[in-house]
Amino acid sequence: MAVLTGGAEKGAAARPAGRGGGAGHAPGAPRSLRRRQSLIAWGFSLPFVLLFASFTLIPLLSSFLMSFTDFKSADVDSPFAVNFVGIDQYRTLFGSAQFLKSLRNTAYFVVVGIPLTMGIALVLAVALNSGISRFRTAFRVGFYTPVVTSIVAVAVVWRFILQKDGPLNAVLGWVGISGPDWLNSTTWAMPAMIGLGVWRNMGTLMVIFLAGLQTIPAEVTEAAMIDGAGPVKRFLRITVPLMRPTLLFGAVLLSVWYLQFFEEPFVMTQGGPLDATLSVSYFAFKQFGFGNYAYASAASYVLFVAIALLSMVMFRALRSKED
Amino acid sequence: MRATFDRLWARRRLLTYLGLVVAVVITLLPFLWMLLGSFKTQGEILRDPSGFLPQHPTSGNYSTWFDRLHLGRFFLNSLIVALVTVAGNLLFCSMVGYALAKFHFAGKRLVFTLVMITLMVPGVVTFVPLFVLVTKLGLTNTYAALILPFLTSPMGVFMMRQFISGIPDTLLEAARIDGAGELRIWARIVMPLCGPPLATLGILTFLGSWNNFLWPLVAAQSQDMYTLPVALSLYSTGQIATQYGLLLAGSVLVIAPIVLVFVFVQRYFTQSIATVGVR
Repeated sequence: MAVLTGGAEKGAAARPAGRGGGAGHAPGAPRSLRRRQSLIAWGFSLPFVLLFASFTLIPLLSSFLMSFTDFKSADVDSPFAVNFVGIDQYRTLFGSAQFLKSLRNTAYFVVVGIPLTMGIALVLAVALNSGISRFRTAFRVGFYTPVVTSIVAVAVVWRFILQKDGPLNAVLGWVGISGPDWLNSTTWAMPAMIGLGVWRNMGTLMVIFLAGLQTIPAEVTEAAMIDGAGPVKRFLRITVPLMRPTLLFGAVLLSVWYLQFFEEPFVMTQGGPLDATLSVSYFAFKQFGFGNYAYASAASYVLFVAIALLSMVMFRALRSKED
Repeated sequence: MRATFDRLWARRRLLTYLGLVVAVVITLLPFLWMLLGSFKTQGEILRDPSGFLPQHPTSGNYSTWFDRLHLGRFFLNSLIVALVTVAGNLLFCSMVGYALAKFHFAGKRLVFTLVMITLMVPGVVTFVPLFVLVTKLGLTNTYAALILPFLTSPMGVFMMRQFISGIPDTLLEAARIDGAGELRIWARIVMPLCGPPLATLGILTFLGSWNNFLWPLVAAQSQDMYTLPVALSLYSTGQIATQYGLLLAGSVLVIAPIVLVFVFVQRYFTQSIATVGVR
């Protein structure tokens, strides 16, 4: 819960780096003792640092450097044949209609998917938090099941459900709607992906929101009730403002996930029809498959920068509200 | 007055229950369709794709997975990868967490800052260099290739550091006075106290590994190294693309183990999400 409210970070900041902890490494301690402490700490950190550097940091840096070269799969065995090309890869990217399309698709997924997921999750959390005592666990388990399941398996099932004459359209038929051929329609393929995204992620958000709701003191709500505030007013004036940090945290989390969406189109549409569901991740993956390593790295870095910027903006908003 | 209020309250609660029941049924419907469809033959699914109950239930789809498509091998791969990944994360993250929480050392701020920066790096950014690295090391199609990139996680380090910071220094100090070495203090005092964060990290890591897709897809190129999701996705776009019964049975088999585990330890699953907020 501490992480949700941003309290953990604050706590960490208020308790500077191990002061008073450890075995006598206060600033005034003898030098040899401090050196010994340093050695021990590095001993504990070394396995992690080696793995982290080899498999996260160095690849992250290489990917960045690679995006300014013309590195292709054929160059793996002859690294000296690689040329520095400056920002050419990025220029090509932003001149590519397909990449721009993938950017638009990703933005569509994020912009529509986040409010939808958060809205539904919040409604579910509020419903579960209000006077529901029995079957609460069962409800929570039910809404949370899609979260723990493999997205690949789930996408396979949804591909079946979304067929032209599949289960979903049969249900729509009962109420007189003739549904589209979801995954083969350039208009409806993305809404179908978003539907899957909402279905799959609302459980996580619901659990987080539920935890947030339970931190709102009952007295505050009761006081408002006595003052004659109706349920809608209470929700807008009390619940939402007090939940602000939690809501923002949920938004950051979702944007990090939704910006990288990949498995859904990979399993269901292969990015089609006519690139209608091609995401940035999928674009990068495809270019990697064609052997255009540098180009793929450039595309993935655009994604990285987008995620970093968006989360930075959101975290800043979160922090300023906290102070 | 009082009676009307009670009646209104009761009615609202009933409506809430009703709404929640409808929502949960809709949420779980895809799973029901998957389960029922997996017992149908291809013929029955094609005749009536929206049908519900199987007319002539058959376990043929499941036996095909085990006999012809080597599901046991994929299952074993997924399990080995997940268990080693969990063990590595628990060990390495708790060690570095101890160092970051309780020691003062040169480079500490740098290590922590870099860990925090990489917290949100999407997988797709590192996989090209990782692939080149794994190829260069000659690790293609080995468990090492599937496991090594996930043996540590920034989230794990952050969690362990936060928790260990809360362990009183006096406890460690007392052990030091009794002559215990740092390794012993970590193993005998710090680790036993870290039950909750270790359980949370273990659950989240296992789930992440079991459902991981992008990297295994790139790293496992020969069939005998496929993990469950990779096998399902490659079969579903290739050789069994239109055999729906088979696809649905495959989905059941990928999902079933984790759902079974989830039902038994759901409290910890949801708690870990609520406390950490990260899958």
